[in-house]
Amino acid sequence: MLVFIIRRSMQSVVVLLIMSLLVFVGVFAIGNPIDILINPQADQIDRERAIAALGLDKPLWEQYLVFLKGALTGDLGRSFVHATSALGLILERMPATMELAIAAMVIAVTLGIPLGLWAGLRPNGIAGRTIMAGSILGFSLPTFWVGLMLIMVFSVMLGWLPSTGRGPTTLLFGLVPVSFLSWEGLRHLIMPATNLALFKLALLIRLTRAGTRESLLQDYVKFARAKGLSNSRVIGVHVLRNILIPIVTVIGLEFGSVIAFAIVTESVFAWPGMGKLLIDSINLLDRPVIVSYLLVIVTLFIFINLIVDVLYSALDPRVRLTDSKG
Amino acid sequence: MSSAGPPQGAAPSGGAAQSAVRGERAGTVLPETPAAPAERAAESPFHRIATDFLANPVAVVGLGMLILVILAAVFAPLISPQNPYDLSQLDVMDGRLPPGSKSPTGGTFWLGTDDQGRDMLSAIFYGLRISLAVGATATVLALIIGLSAGLTAAYFGGKTETLIMRIVDIQLSFPAILIALILIAVLGQGTGKVIAALVTIQWAYYARTVRSAALVEKRKEYMEAARCLALSPVRIVFRHLLPNCLPPMIVVATVQVAAAIALEATLSFLGLGLPITEPSLGLLIANGYQYLLSGKYWISFFPGVALLLTIVSINLVADQLRDVLNPRLQK
Repeated sequence: MLVFIIRRSMQSVVVLLIMSLLVFVGVFAIGNPIDILINPQADQIDRERAIAALGLDKPLWEQYLVFLKGALTGDLGRSFVHATSALGLILERMPATMELAIAAMVIAVTLGIPLGLWAGLRPNGIAGRTIMAGSILGFSLPTFWVGLMLIMVFSVMLGWLPSTGRGPTTLLFGLVPVSFLSWEGLRHLIMPATNLALFKLALLIRLTRAGTRESLLQDYVKFARAKGLSNSRVIGVHVLRNILIPIVTVIGLEFGSVIAFAIVTESVFAWPGMGKLLIDSINLLDRPVIVSYLLVIVTLFIFINLIVDVLYSALDPRVRLTDSKG
Repeated sequence: MSSAGPPQGAAPSGGAAQSAVRGERAGTVLPETPAAPAERAAESPFHRIATDFLANPVAVVGLGMLILVILAAVFAPLISPQNPYDLSQLDVMDGRLPPGSKSPTGGTFWLGTDDQGRDMLSAIFYGLRISLAVGATATVLALIIGLSAGLTAAYFGGKTETLIMRIVDIQLSFPAILIALILIAVLGQGTGKVIAALVTIQWAYYARTVRSAALVEKRKEYMEAARCLALSPVRIVFRHLLPNCLPPMIVVATVQVAAAIALEATLSFLGLGLPITEPSLGLLIANGYQYLLSGKYWISFFPGVALLLTIVSINLVADQLRDVLNPRLQK
């Protein structure tokens, strides 16, 4: 187990390095941040001073080395636009994105597993068919358009929910600002979280349904029924426990993708998270922020994948962690 | 004139006789099998797939919708009430009219107009054209690259396989939208770059699918026979291996066209996709965003419906193709 974790972490460092190099060189290659960031009215001396201050006059490899050295000490450069630490900017927005992603996952799991179970137990009933048709729709609906339609219905037409922003935040444990603790904050959260949850909800429904149908045919379910166990015990213990293994994996892996897809939802609802910061930074060619965002999210992904693998082995004793697969 | 009669009459009967002979032959080859499977064997595979596909009414509706969408995209210049790019046909005075408004030239804006007085129906037909073209181009390119990479990995194995599949694994562990954004941030914006980003995302899915299909096929006897005949590797891969790996690829490609169209729309909505000169459906929706809050829903709503219809119809077709082409589900 320990060997596995160490090996995986080392692989992850290599992936991180490659990603940082690719992104750094790539972002450097396009456009010229000098033209965007420095006042065109500035004279030659001011220009040169600004270029030197931003470190843009050094050759590319030297900029990368400086960046790498900084990265090891937790300093990923300064934002060209905000003139503060790029990493600080991202970490400052991270709680908002995390709150949105977790809320979306909670919605998807609490609705998806029961609905999928229901559809799996009665695949030919009206409810089962409706749930499946709904899940196809959930897959096909473009997230950003659903967001717009939610705003149209609940904010513009009905006037029930605020259309943009995060609302007031409260400090959780005196550390993390969250909005779900106040009624006003919750009203701001519910629409973006639902929007972000839809795709994962559809996925979880399909996964749970497929797993349920498959495990109902297995011998252990027949045996449990033959033993005279109650229906709720057969489903709640024997079926559910076995379908949970792939579901937990997917929930873990999809959590990363929820954070990535939050970019879209945050842009629609003007939610002040990391994703909106990324889009703004791409538009302004704010290189240090783009590179830092990507490094932060890649680290997050690698971390999530590792946790999922460990959790997987804890849930399913048949799985033994080996270092053969990365 | 009279001599031309008999041969004409004879031709169909000759054809019927031939098919009867063929049917008989099929019967003699497999005397034990009941009549129905023998009949099925005589059908071409394409015919069987078509029959199975049409058995599901939902899939037929999806296919019909998809054909309509494609026709609308292809014939956009012919069926559109106006050319949405021709500025001389636009009048800002017609801006933001609700659906059903009369235009000054006597026509009707069935789906309303946008802020520049553009007929939304025409804009949607043209936007559909761009969205479908970008999605299809990206899929075809990605299919070629993915097929080559996957087949190479499966056929040669060893280090080549490890390298290709490791790249695929790493890439697939990141969500598509993130990779697309990285690439757009790196490459810059533009139609060609969006297509490049979509291709980069998609090739990995094809490579993985075709490799796993090819690994199964590789062990079958016909492959061994081909190798024993000392055919060239190129011939074995393209004439023997590839055709047998195609069914799962067709399904994945169908799903991926829908994914590509949705992703392109998302990128365009975020302002990182196609340029304003080529407004795809995503850009049309983004245009209407600012008017949504004042209740002018139609500028965003209808392009979204068009996008939704396109994606749903492709997904319905893909769902049925998956069942039809899956040999394990054959009765």
